[in-house]
This record gives sequence, C-alpha cells and structure tokens, in this order.
Amino acid sequence: MSKKITRHEYQHLVEKTMPPSRVFRDVLAAFVTGGLICTIAQIFFMGMESLGVDEETAYMLTTVIMIFLGAVLTGLNIYDKIGKFGGAGASIPVTGFSNSIVSPAMEYKKEGYVMGVGAKMFLIAGPVLVYGIFASVVAGLIYYLWIQVM
Amino acid sequence: MTDIIKAFITGGIICVIAQLLIDYTKITPARIMVLFVVTGVVLGVLGIYPAIVEFGQAGATIPLTGFGNTLAKGVIKAVNETGLTGVLTGGVKAASAGISSAITFGYIMAIVSKPKLK
Repeated sequence: MSKKITRHEYQHLVEKTMPPSRVFRDVLAAFVTGGLICTIAQIFFMGMESLGVDEETAYMLTTVIMIFLGAVLTGLNIYDKIGKFGGAGASIPVTGFSNSIVSPAMEYKKEGYVMGVGAKMFLIAGPVLVYGIFASVVAGLIYYLWIQVM
Repeated sequence: MTDIIKAFITGGIICVIAQLLIDYTKITPARIMVLFVVTGVVLGVLGIYPAIVEFGQAGATIPLTGFGNTLAKGVIKAVNETGLTGVLTGGVKAASAGISSAITFGYIMAIVSKPKLK
C-alpha cells in the first residue's frame, strides 16, 4: 500500500525539493547568458584592438555597440525572451541596462512623449545612474582628501 | 582565443553572483543593478576591479560593475588632473559615451517599436 500524504504535506515537500534544482537552473542559465553576451563584446573589443584602436577607446566603443544591440533587441521584443531565460545573465550586462531603458519607454509611450517615454525611460536606469554617479562623487571626494593627507 | 574564454568565464561568474543574490535574498533585479554599479565604483576606487578587467577584459567591463569601475576610474583621473573640481566632473565624463548612447538608442528604439500585445 502506498503511503498517502495530505495536500499540505505534498506542498511542503514540493517547496523543500524544488528550490535547489530551480536555483541550479537559474544559475546555469545566468552563467551561459552573461558569458555569451560578454563573449560577443570581447570579439568586438579584440576586433577593434586588431584595427589599432587604443584600449580605452575600444572598451568605450564596445560598450556603445552592446548598448545599441540591447536597445534594438528590446525593440524587436527579443531581449525579453533572453531575459526570461537568462535572468541576471541578461540584466547585469550593459545590454540589460539598455533593455531597462527601452522596455518601460515603449510600454508607457501611450502616456505621451514627455511624461511617458521621457520619464519612464529612467524607471530603472534612473536609480542606477543616481547611485552610480553619487558613489563616484563620494569616492572622488575621499580620494581627494586621501591624497591631501598622504 | 584564451581571452575570449576568460571573458566568457568572468562575465558569467559576475552574472551568477547576481543570480544567487536574486534567488536567495529576494532582492529585486532593479536593486541588484544599483548594488552592482555601486560595488563597481567601490572596487574600482580600491584598485581591485582594474585587476579583474586585466584578466577578463570585456567580460569585466560589460557587466554593470564595469560601468561602476568606469565611473571610479574617471573620477580618480580627474582628481589627479584638476584637483577638487575633478570630484564632480570625472565620473560622468568617463561614463558619458555610455549614458548618451543609452539615451539616444533607447529613445529612438522606444519611438519606432511597438510593445508586444499581452
């Protein structure tokens, strides 16, 4: 006779066994997705260096190209699918930053070009820029004071 | 070829750290993005992130920590060159190409594309 378990026990069992496999899948997908996006960027970077572009400019242009690709793929409704599969592997690269700008801007276009597109573009990118730039100013100030003392 | 593999692994690991934070701490992806940029600034100023870039190249510059590192690198350079005013100019100046291109491409794509019907 098979052991009967209540619905509640079953639920408990599911919760206990599901997360590790789901986390494993998420982590693997994030690794592959993030890795591949960076690999594409690396190919652009190496291509530019082989053309004699200096390192700093090559890094900058690589970022610009990836931002462009992220915006285009979001506009074509493709990046959403990459995001659904790759999770953080899609949102952490700069293509995901680009996606976070285009996606709400498209969504809120109906609210107008100023308060819709213009404002909602920065729904996620805004906080990223606010904290990033603020951190750089604080870091710069600390560095400035540090070199005065040293 | 090894540089490509290094970029893959570096970018992959940075994204895995973010994914683990999302899965285990329930921090929202938007907060993770903020956290990663700020972490990039801190590691950049401490000189740790430049070493990661040395190894992983685009695998380190393309994740948002790399954006933070760019801000940090810019502000340090500007402070060295112009002193106190560099505190305010360095970060954004170094990140300007990224910010301007994200706004420009983002705006154009948002205007020309149609959101998927749900």
